[in-house]
Amino acid sequence: MITANLRDWLLSDAPTSRRQARFASWYKGWLTLRSNTLAMVGLIVLALIILAAIFAPVLATHDPYAQDLGQRLLGAGQGGHLLGTDSLGRDIYSRLLYGARISIYIVLLVAMVAPLVGLIVGTVSGYAGGWADVVLMRITDIFLAFPRLILALAFVAALGAGIENAVLAISLTAWPPYARIARAETLTIRNSDYIHAIRLQGAGPFRIVTRHIWPLCISSLVIRVTLDMAGIILTAAALGFLGLGAQPPSPEWGAMISEGRKYILDYWWVATFPGLAIFAISLAFNLLGDGLRDMLDPKEDNA
Amino acid sequence: MTNPAIDIQDLDVWFGAGRGRSDAVRQASFAVEQGESFGIVGESGSGKSTILRAIAGLVPTWSGNMTVAGEALGPQRSKAFFRKVQMVFQDPYASLHPRQTVDRVLSEAMGLHGLKDIDSRIPRLMEDVGLGPSFRFRFPHQLSGGQRQRVAIARALACSPQILLLDEPTSALDVSVQAEILNLLTDLRRDHGLTYIMVSHDLGVVGHLCERIAVMKQGRIVEVLDVEMMRHLEASDPYTRQLLDSSIQSSRSA
Repeated sequence: MITANLRDWLLSDAPTSRRQARFASWYKGWLTLRSNTLAMVGLIVLALIILAAIFAPVLATHDPYAQDLGQRLLGAGQGGHLLGTDSLGRDIYSRLLYGARISIYIVLLVAMVAPLVGLIVGTVSGYAGGWADVVLMRITDIFLAFPRLILALAFVAALGAGIENAVLAISLTAWPPYARIARAETLTIRNSDYIHAIRLQGAGPFRIVTRHIWPLCISSLVIRVTLDMAGIILTAAALGFLGLGAQPPSPEWGAMISEGRKYILDYWWVATFPGLAIFAISLAFNLLGDGLRDMLDPKEDNA
Repeated sequence: MTNPAIDIQDLDVWFGAGRGRSDAVRQASFAVEQGESFGIVGESGSGKSTILRAIAGLVPTWSGNMTVAGEALGPQRSKAFFRKVQMVFQDPYASLHPRQTVDRVLSEAMGLHGLKDIDSRIPRLMEDVGLGPSFRFRFPHQLSGGQRQRVAIARALACSPQILLLDEPTSALDVSVQAEILNLLTDLRRDHGLTYIMVSHDLGVVGHLCERIAVMKQGRIVEVLDVEMMRHLEASDPYTRQLLDSSIQSSRSA
């Protein structure tokens, strides 16, 4: 009864308060997302990975850093190790759980930095036009012209290896596409009548960009971010694999694959399980990104 | 004669520069009295909307003298200008932000003009334009074209301006809704003592709302005449006569 009332309240065509209008538009978005099975699969997988990262100390069966050379390279299930052990006798299952924390930490940091920089550069460039546009877009082009991994490598080499520097390097290489998208969106929005109308109310450029243009750019950026997440995780893993990201003994998935590489012919599981974890989180982000695209597409009439 | 509300002298507006330059308005001059409703008619591309946009400050490339509500206009419009002059756009489907509720649109407009007690003003403003309180928290996609145009008119009226620039406010609406919006504009003008400049390609619409009309052709104002003269078909310029004839024919065939 209460849920039915809540549903009616949320789907009402004539909301009676600001809060109701806002909740209603979120709820409608959620309904669209829920009807997309693959996106829900992605969301559930991501939720599981995030829960695993949060509750890693509870779920882990061993200390992820504890070495036991007598137990090295055990197969899955042997000696009480669910997914076996690596070359130093560390429990792979426990390391994967703790590694999820590092991956999510990297993804969140990059997802907060790169799109924000891109959004600011792109909208300012698109709205200001003229010289500001030329200068900002040429800088963007320069960053875009570098191969991503090579530029990240150069940054890490200059700043020193480590997760924070890897994040910084990935962010620096990840923002130009966002700037391009934000600029393109801004160019189509800036000459629309509703922007003219708010200019005629005396709004300054700062307010127009942040309050009127950003909300319309954010949906396409969010979609792009979720689709890029997979790439970010893979870049982080690649940096880890090359020994320039997370440093041993930290259980970063890319670094774990790198360690397992030496034994891949005889002890396949050492590199395979972290690989599967990277595959799962990348695929989940991609599926969710596809669903968000359907949900947030500004051309659809679901506000 | 008192000081006119709007005085335009020798207005030129152009787009582009050098060889790509195209002149949209040439040597336009007219004056609109306080409380008057002035129409500008002409076919598409005759530069009628461009005049409105130049007055509103949306087209930076113009020359000539424009005095609006006692203020000589330069390249930039002042905040005080926007409190006196507001504009209603042609297409209500494009003039409302797709992600903002009616409430947000109106409260932001009021906030920008520094008005107080916005929460109590919004229902009054919505009533003025014939929108019930149930529309307050709707998004544009939950409104019909006529309702959207009412919201756009309410937004223009939010700061109680003296002058409204109307850029074909009814051309994107179907006929029955057109009449509603025109009646609303007539009532608002009477109640608030507004001055209108209305651009339209529809002589019927302009004849309904305006006292004087300027006829434009290829960027020039060819004739300014009273609506009474237009009704009696006493136009002196051949182009105006042609326009009137075609308008009568199309209304007969309709």
